[in-house]
Amino acid sequence: MNAGRVLVVDDEPPIRRLLKAGLGTQGYEVIEAADGAAARAAMAAERPDGVILDLGLPDIGGEALLEGWRRAGITVPILILSSRTGEAGIVKALDAGADDYVTKPFGIDELVARLRVALRHRVQAEGAPPLFRTGGLSVDLVRRIVRLDEAEIHLSPKEYEILALLVRHAGKVITHQQLMKAVWGGAIDAQQLRVYVRQLRQKLKDDPARPVYIRTETGVGYRLREAD
Amino acid sequence: MAEEPDGEGHRPSPDALLEAARREGRGRLKLFLGAAPGVGKTYEMLETGRARLAAGIDVVIGVVETHGRAETEALVAPFETVPRRQIPYRGQMLGEMDLDAILARRPELVLVDELAHTNAPGSRHPKRYMDVEELLAAGIDIYSTLNIQHVESLNDVVAQITRVRIRETVPDSVLDAADDIEVVDLSPADLIQRLHEGKIYLPRTAKRAIDHFFSPGNLTALRELALRRTAQRVDQQLLSHMQSHAIPGPWAAGERVLVCVSEDPRAQALVRYAKRLADRLRAPFVALHIETARTRLLGEAAGARIADALRLAEHLGGEAVTLPGGGRRIADDVLAYARRQNVNHIVIGKSVRSRLFEILHGSVVHDLVRRAGTISVHVIAGEAIDAAAAPQPAPPSQQTARRPGPYLAAAAAAVGAVALAIGKLIEPLVGAGSVDLVFLLGVVLVASYGGLWPALFATAVSLLAYNFFFLPPTWTFTIADPTNVAALVVFTIVTFLVANLAARARAEAVVARSRAAATEALYSFSRKLAAVGTIDDVLWATAYQIASMLDMRVVLLLAEDGDFAVRAGYPPEDQLDEADIAAAKWAFANNQPAGRGADTLPGARRFFMPLSTGRGPIGAVGIDGDEKGGPLLTPDQRRLLDALAGQAALAIERVFLAEDVERSRRDAEADRLRQALLSSISHDLRTPLAAILGAVGTLRGYGTGLDAATRDELLATTEAEAERLNRFINNLLDMTRLEAGAIRPATVPTDPDEIVGSLAERVAGVVSGHRFVVDVAPRLPMVAVDPVLIEQALFNLVDNAAKYAPAGTTITLSARREGDTVALAVLDEGPGLGAEELERVFDKFYRVEKGDSVRAGTGLGLSISRGFVEAMGGSLSAAPRPDRSGLAFTIRLPAGAGERP
Repeated sequence: MNAGRVLVVDDEPPIRRLLKAGLGTQGYEVIEAADGAAARAAMAAERPDGVILDLGLPDIGGEALLEGWRRAGITVPILILSSRTGEAGIVKALDAGADDYVTKPFGIDELVARLRVALRHRVQAEGAPPLFRTGGLSVDLVRRIVRLDEAEIHLSPKEYEILALLVRHAGKVITHQQLMKAVWGGAIDAQQLRVYVRQLRQKLKDDPARPVYIRTETGVGYRLREAD
Repeated sequence: MAEEPDGEGHRPSPDALLEAARREGRGRLKLFLGAAPGVGKTYEMLETGRARLAAGIDVVIGVVETHGRAETEALVAPFETVPRRQIPYRGQMLGEMDLDAILARRPELVLVDELAHTNAPGSRHPKRYMDVEELLAAGIDIYSTLNIQHVESLNDVVAQITRVRIRETVPDSVLDAADDIEVVDLSPADLIQRLHEGKIYLPRTAKRAIDHFFSPGNLTALRELALRRTAQRVDQQLLSHMQSHAIPGPWAAGERVLVCVSEDPRAQALVRYAKRLADRLRAPFVALHIETARTRLLGEAAGARIADALRLAEHLGGEAVTLPGGGRRIADDVLAYARRQNVNHIVIGKSVRSRLFEILHGSVVHDLVRRAGTISVHVIAGEAIDAAAAPQPAPPSQQTARRPGPYLAAAAAAVGAVALAIGKLIEPLVGAGSVDLVFLLGVVLVASYGGLWPALFATAVSLLAYNFFFLPPTWTFTIADPTNVAALVVFTIVTFLVANLAARARAEAVVARSRAAATEALYSFSRKLAAVGTIDDVLWATAYQIASMLDMRVVLLLAEDGDFAVRAGYPPEDQLDEADIAAAKWAFANNQPAGRGADTLPGARRFFMPLSTGRGPIGAVGIDGDEKGGPLLTPDQRRLLDALAGQAALAIERVFLAEDVERSRRDAEADRLRQALLSSISHDLRTPLAAILGAVGTLRGYGTGLDAATRDELLATTEAEAERLNRFINNLLDMTRLEAGAIRPATVPTDPDEIVGSLAERVAGVVSGHRFVVDVAPRLPMVAVDPVLIEQALFNLVDNAAKYAPAGTTITLSARREGDTVALAVLDEGPGLGAEELERVFDKFYRVEKGDSVRAGTGLGLSISRGFVEAMGGSLSAAPRPDRSGLAFTIRLPAGAGERP
């Protein structure tokens, strides 16, 4: 089974080896690039289905590469690898067009899961299935009906917008910035966003201490559970 | 003076060696000495300078007076002349030698004319020879010119010869210190010839004076003086040479000269005589002033004369000593000192007092001559400095500041009246003849408490009262009985003498008390300094002490880290004007006094003295008084200031040293901790690595031989240890950031639920061996935290709990509201800690110090947690659990406002 071709960009040979082995077992064909220049060449030549990009490249910053590709209209899903949580680099990269992130050291299964989600989302383009289901939550994006365990729940317009965005990107991380921009059109008071999210969680009966649906990605944003 | 040991090997004199050593690094001074103006000193200097220039030496002209004469100007032409510094003075611009320009230029040799010249006010030094001194100290050679009449110690002699007193003088020390003296000699006849040919520049003075000055007799005398002085110097050089090379020779037999200094205007002349005598004998000399009650009562002018004479003595290279009178005759005090110091010549001025005075008060000269024993006494006539201030014997009882006040007079009269009353009472008992003793008693009392004048007044009152009331015929001033007259006269004399004695005793007691007070003050000051701990205290105490002891305003400056600024003052002052700052800096840099009344920068308002210790100058003390102009301090006060400054400098140095010691101790402590850290890190990195390498190595090497369970176990170990390594490295990085102050929390209002939620997920692996419970109160307010930092802080707390709580026990993560704070706590069921350790656990490397090798590496986690929490404005503390055994680590954060938009 060929799950797709993935371009792995990292200057550390052990990481490339690891990813090749790990992704290989999942059926992905791995193309390696050790620096930015090789990555660009590979992108043009090989046309991969997804990219795993290390931010700390020796010649070009990962973000610069990312921005370049996105500006050029390349829409392949891109997962970034970074050294630590909370690095402002992650948020910047996500806002610049990356789909998701993984921090080093990472578990291979987590990376594979996120890659899969990112690929699926791209495959489906922007058209999310009208009915979204995960666990006890179902969201009808067309008729704007949200059900929790078969009972309909009422959300305020803003709360629905937030949920809808999360649904459209279910399984992928959404940064605070992206949320604010999509729902309010620009930056708002950070406190407000948190208050809304908290209210949304309450309505979804999602205990923030043990979240099932909306997961907090510390310092970066939120992630909705994948569709079943 | 070296006294060579008998027959043994000869040692060079230490003084001579010191002198030789001092000359290393100094410039060489060559003086062209002449007997009179016009002998050709400047010409000779320029000629010699030209020869050096031709030889390739870097020669510049500092200052040469050409007086507009073409010949001289032609000689000056080949040299580079350093432009003069223009100083405005009384509406004119005076050109003086530019000292700084020459110092910056750093030539090898400078030609400086007229060494005795006085600089215009505003120059760094008041006299040109001081400028030259500074140049020599900088290693620059100097050629200079000088007339014999400018030499200080010869001033009197020259004045006698020429009838002209020269004001501009150069101290003998300059002459003695010069490396080379060349006498430019011209026979008197030739010199007079030159005068008539108009070749000599002279200021426009009366022809008569010039003619007299340039008379053959005069010129011959001056010439002889010049030659003789130079010969004396040659002699001295020879002696020095012999001494420094330990060549045996006829040393002087350890003579010493003492000159008695009083308020007599001739004192300076006496000092100069003593200097000449001392030079002839090759002996040191001392100027001694005995301070008695009487001299203390003299006016300002007299006090200044004494101070000037003592200063002159120091100037000429002698010692100046002031001793308190011992209550005996002055002559006895002088002789006592002389004998102690092995003086064998005493110089004293001829007495100018009247016979009567001498009878009453004795003559110091007379006593000295009689009692000197084996000491030679030189009685000198001397001449007053100023003809106008002819030697006037100051009346013995001239108390300028103590006119009898009306109260004292009234008190004296009252005492007289009381005596009268008592007398009248006892008259029937003892008879009129004995009543006078009562009056005597009264007068003695008045003298003891009131001083001389009130006593005299009381004497007069007693006399009259006795006469009027007791001597028949009473109630009149006439006296019938002649024996009574005699009795009255005797009474008067006795009373007068007793009054005198009592008054003098009282005066001496006053003097002694004030001296004792001064000593006591010095002593208590030194004790105070010993007790004081900080620099500022030392400076303040010093400023206060100096101000109160000298009755002046004081500022103290210290040099710290390249900055020289006012650090204390009494009254408090922190601003100095430019002249003062310059003087202070100069005094500090050159370790010599400067400012008002000193040799350098006398235009400053204050007098500055350096504060120096064995290691060098550390600051300066500046004093300011209310008198306008003139030096601020008497030599006595100078000595006091020296003593205070010396003590203060020592105390300051002590404080600095104590700080150094403390700093070294802290550095050593930091070093020790660093060492401990390095070894701990090394251990904590290698342990998991060893496990990983071991496990993986085993798998690779023996993988096929192992069963699945073992393989899985090894792999699990690898994973776990790698995670442990990861956590430790994160801790290290966090610690480094905290230490570097690089933690900048990006606080956002955060939901405590969220914090707990994201944490619960992250610690899943760490608490795998325990039961993990999350207990979050509902509707908690937001808190302003950096989500990443708070998560890490909590993570470390949970990690710590997992390490110390026994497996299977419960670890609880709770979030509660406490008033206006939100408390996030991690509770365990472990063994807990003792009370003293509850704070100490948060110290970095606490584990390291305990040498606990079981759980190395956890020492950082708690300290990091606290560092993060505090950076966000919260607090972290540990306490035993109230409900069961175990610990509760609680983070408290201020509750944010607003829960609803």
